[in-house]
Amino acid sequence: MTTATYKNSFLKEVEANVEDGHMVKMCMQCGVCAGSCPLGPHWQHSPQKLFMMIRAGKREEVLTSDSMWMCTSCYNCIVRCPRKLPITHIMHGLAHYAHRLNLAPAKQPTRAIAKLFWDNLVKTGRVNELKFSLAMYFKDGFGQGVKNSMAMQGVGLGLVKAGRLSPMEILGGHKCQDQNGIQKIVAKAREIEDKRRGLA
Amino acid sequence: MTKKQYAFYPGCTQQKGASGSNFTTSIQLMNEKLGIQLNEIPDWNCCGASIGYGEGGELPRLAINARNLALAEQHLPGQDMVSGCPACWLSSRETVERLHEFGSLMAETNEALKEAGLAFKGTVKARHMVEVLIEDVGFEAMKAPVVKSLEGLKIAGYVGCQTNRPFGIAGESFENPMYLDHMIETVGAEAVKYDQKVTCCGGALAFSEPDKAQNQIRQIVESAYDHGAELIVTPCQLCQANVEIYQSEINKKHGTKLAMPVVYYSQLMTVAYGGSAKEAGLNGQLIRAEKLEGFANK
Repeated sequence: MTTATYKNSFLKEVEANVEDGHMVKMCMQCGVCAGSCPLGPHWQHSPQKLFMMIRAGKREEVLTSDSMWMCTSCYNCIVRCPRKLPITHIMHGLAHYAHRLNLAPAKQPTRAIAKLFWDNLVKTGRVNELKFSLAMYFKDGFGQGVKNSMAMQGVGLGLVKAGRLSPMEILGGHKCQDQNGIQKIVAKAREIEDKRRGLA
Repeated sequence: MTKKQYAFYPGCTQQKGASGSNFTTSIQLMNEKLGIQLNEIPDWNCCGASIGYGEGGELPRLAINARNLALAEQHLPGQDMVSGCPACWLSSRETVERLHEFGSLMAETNEALKEAGLAFKGTVKARHMVEVLIEDVGFEAMKAPVVKSLEGLKIAGYVGCQTNRPFGIAGESFENPMYLDHMIETVGAEAVKYDQKVTCCGGALAFSEPDKAQNQIRQIVESAYDHGAELIVTPCQLCQANVEIYQSEINKKHGTKLAMPVVYYSQLMTVAYGGSAKEAGLNGQLIRAEKLEGFANK
């Protein structure tokens, strides 16, 4: 007897390369994740849809999707999933994989801040909130940066006044002593993971 | 009294001059009264928060968290690692669980840590400050130091996401956790019932997708108002920041008049334990918690 099968090469790719990707095939398409997501109305493809698209071999559409970048990491989908799929982790994994393959939408704002945030933390071992905020405001150029900064001026000054944003952070601010060690750990971890995932 | 000792992982937001620095202020007197001693982990680093996955991926994220755990094991042996920040806690606890579950990830992580002369043995437990209060101190003992009952104060206990999911406080429901309400009642205040107690504040998307996150924040604040709350109380640094800071932006865009103070549970407890407004970090609010300041100044 012959039966129609999924075009499963993309599923295999996801299983091998995406964080917790091996769990994708466990999805039973109930839609609880889609209904539980706080950003639900803004997903072009809900997690449920993405899982089916993966199984249907829609590589291009999945990896170029804006959808997984809508994840706020609230973990509602994880705790409610009847099959206990680690959906948040899979969304993070898909986003990261699409980002590393440079297939994720270039102007996706959460993709952009995710990179800024990680670069900020790897530099000194700790996040510099002031430098991170400024980098974020200025990510679309100087003119837009000035506009963004002006628009958020009230919030910024309020935080400075409340002692929760230190202008001195611009000079370097909080940092780890063993920055070199941290950078070496991160570089090595990435090297191992890239090798394992065929990204190297 | 013999103090309970913990390896403290403050996290980036709780440093001096950072967005959650008033939390750090507010836990001093609270911990003093409850016999808790926090010993800061030397040279701890950022956990990657909930947005680190985008660029960092899986193993680099696990490795930077394992660095903190390894440092705790090395410098503060036998002590549980405690964080006040849900993102720090979630990242460290997830790291512990994953590395224990997958031996290959443990080996790879240790290979990376070796670059800085470190090794994670897997002996340390990652816990949240609230877990310590509930499990190691208990509600009765939390009540003992109360000298000023916050009677009459109506509070919306806003648990949010990451202190509640995916791990949560043992024995609590993900949909309707009650521990924060109990903590509010422990200090004599009234915990109002409202429908947004575990709604996501938008997390890191408050930066990247402000309109979408502010829609979440608006629902949370409006629901607290609708149910008669005078104050929102949260255990989460990002919830506190997002829900307090962006009310003015929402007002600007939508002509609303939101001005709901958002404080930490530790600020309530410090005031109830006789601390001043300054000791409770209440000078660190963008929206002043005047009613709570009133109790502090009584």
